[in-house]
Amino acid sequence: MLMELKEQLLSGSAEEYLNKLFLKIEKSPLNGFTSLARESALQQAREFDKNPGQGRLAGVPIAIKECISTKGIETNCSSNILRGYIPPYDAHVIEQLKAEGAIIMGKTNMDEFAMGSSTETSCFGPTRNPWDYDCVPGGSSGGSAAVVAGGEAPCALGSDTGGSVRCPASFCGIVGLKPTYGLVSRYGLVAYANSLEQIGPLTRTVEDTALLMEVIAGHDERDTTSAEGKKRYLPIREGVSGLKIGIPREYFGEGVSKEVEKAVWDAINTLESLGAAWQEVSLPHTKHALAAYYVIAMSEASSNLARFDGLRYGLRFGEDKDWHTTFSDIRARGFGPEAKRRILLGTYALSAGYYGRYYLKALKVRTLIKEDFLRAFKDVDLLAGPTMPIPAFKIGERINDPLSLYLADVFTVPINLAGVPAISVPCGFAGHLPVGLQLIGKHFDEATILQAAHTFEKATPFHEKTPAVI
Amino acid sequence: MITKVDVEHIGWLASIKIEDDEKDKLVEQFNSILEYFHQLDEVDTEGVEPTYRVVELANIFREDVACPSLSQEEALRNAPRRENGYFKSPRIV
Repeated sequence: MLMELKEQLLSGSAEEYLNKLFLKIEKSPLNGFTSLARESALQQAREFDKNPGQGRLAGVPIAIKECISTKGIETNCSSNILRGYIPPYDAHVIEQLKAEGAIIMGKTNMDEFAMGSSTETSCFGPTRNPWDYDCVPGGSSGGSAAVVAGGEAPCALGSDTGGSVRCPASFCGIVGLKPTYGLVSRYGLVAYANSLEQIGPLTRTVEDTALLMEVIAGHDERDTTSAEGKKRYLPIREGVSGLKIGIPREYFGEGVSKEVEKAVWDAINTLESLGAAWQEVSLPHTKHALAAYYVIAMSEASSNLARFDGLRYGLRFGEDKDWHTTFSDIRARGFGPEAKRRILLGTYALSAGYYGRYYLKALKVRTLIKEDFLRAFKDVDLLAGPTMPIPAFKIGERINDPLSLYLADVFTVPINLAGVPAISVPCGFAGHLPVGLQLIGKHFDEATILQAAHTFEKATPFHEKTPAVI
Repeated sequence: MITKVDVEHIGWLASIKIEDDEKDKLVEQFNSILEYFHQLDEVDTEGVEPTYRVVELANIFREDVACPSLSQEEALRNAPRRENGYFKSPRIV
């Protein structure tokens, strides 16, 4: 789709295209964008119209999640504690996008500090799902997914700590990739749980995701966990003949909606009819991944979010009292309920006397989960299962019961714990709501899951279906 | 079991003031979440090493050469309170 858009922009006008998008966003019921970079984007579009240049994304507008630093454009993680913060520098991924001529069109809504699976914990209020306005778009990159699915942006970036790219991709019927840990630099990504998160694309087609990956992936010395080398993903290998797909037995059954299960099995059968072979595999520690994930994520969050104290940026109010009282008041008012819950629980898990029971124990379980994947990948090339156990749920349905919301992440968090790559690709519908197929690959083997996802997409009509809002 | 006193102590450790009317709800939520976490106790981790990072990397060294960085003005621009080119903090003692 981006390839066609590029040709369209060359023969037409990027300014005109961008103005159409802005007009649509103004009237949008989705609440997907939190701010628009109207002036700088239109300026760049006019320059493109005069001289298109050679960039691989020249003239292509892109929406960016609120937690990715954009020089001169407010970056607030959808949190009151960071409202008004304007980064003095670009994240690595933004530098890469700009170098290829992409136009940063605005920032998108998210769960506060990426803590959530529904985009309801944002200080800007919930984003709506373009397929059903009463439903959540998933999260935490819900704004990025909704604007792409709703035709308000041709592509977007999100971040994925425990499913935050794949969940909203699944709920909104688009493609979303969580790259191998270390493949995309986290420089300029506001940290939530830094040992788990990666920036990833949200697009309408698998090919578009591959194109964005070629632009944003690559070594950056400012992220000390950044992997060496630059990878190529295009053209994507066609066909799945000879590929061995593992079906984790723990990813089906109790807790998975019947309609989701059917759509995913139909997808597996489609891949088989296209020449792939499948076999059942076991990831025996899946059951304990959620608890391990939340202990680790909350612990890292409590440390990472300690920097928000109103000193160098963000919220500050009233007369200064003593150090502790001033900061405790700022943080009480600035953080929303879910961010507070996670910081407090993480603080508890790391506190004297509990470190071994929670944090260290979770890190050991993490080792077992990673070994589950490595063992399975001895026999198969990739794994397939549902991205989410359920389709999008109603806004307000789960937000007052944090644990029920956490349970929806059961198939996405193990991937972050193991650091492997995974893609969600549309594979059908549960009633009127989209269902996502999750394909999981070996470390740094994005090429194989892109290949399987692309081949599946070419053989099925789901990516062509668009919500009524378009 | 977490109690109200524990919640107050955790709030102090995390530098987040907790209002009285929030405490009962937090106690209830924390206990239900922690009870869920306790299923980790079922896993036998005898002899298992913890995974801090999935991609193991050795120390990364670079030459000690000064590079361009933010100017003082840029670094201070987002600070809500500043004075004479410094971030202004509350009193420490």
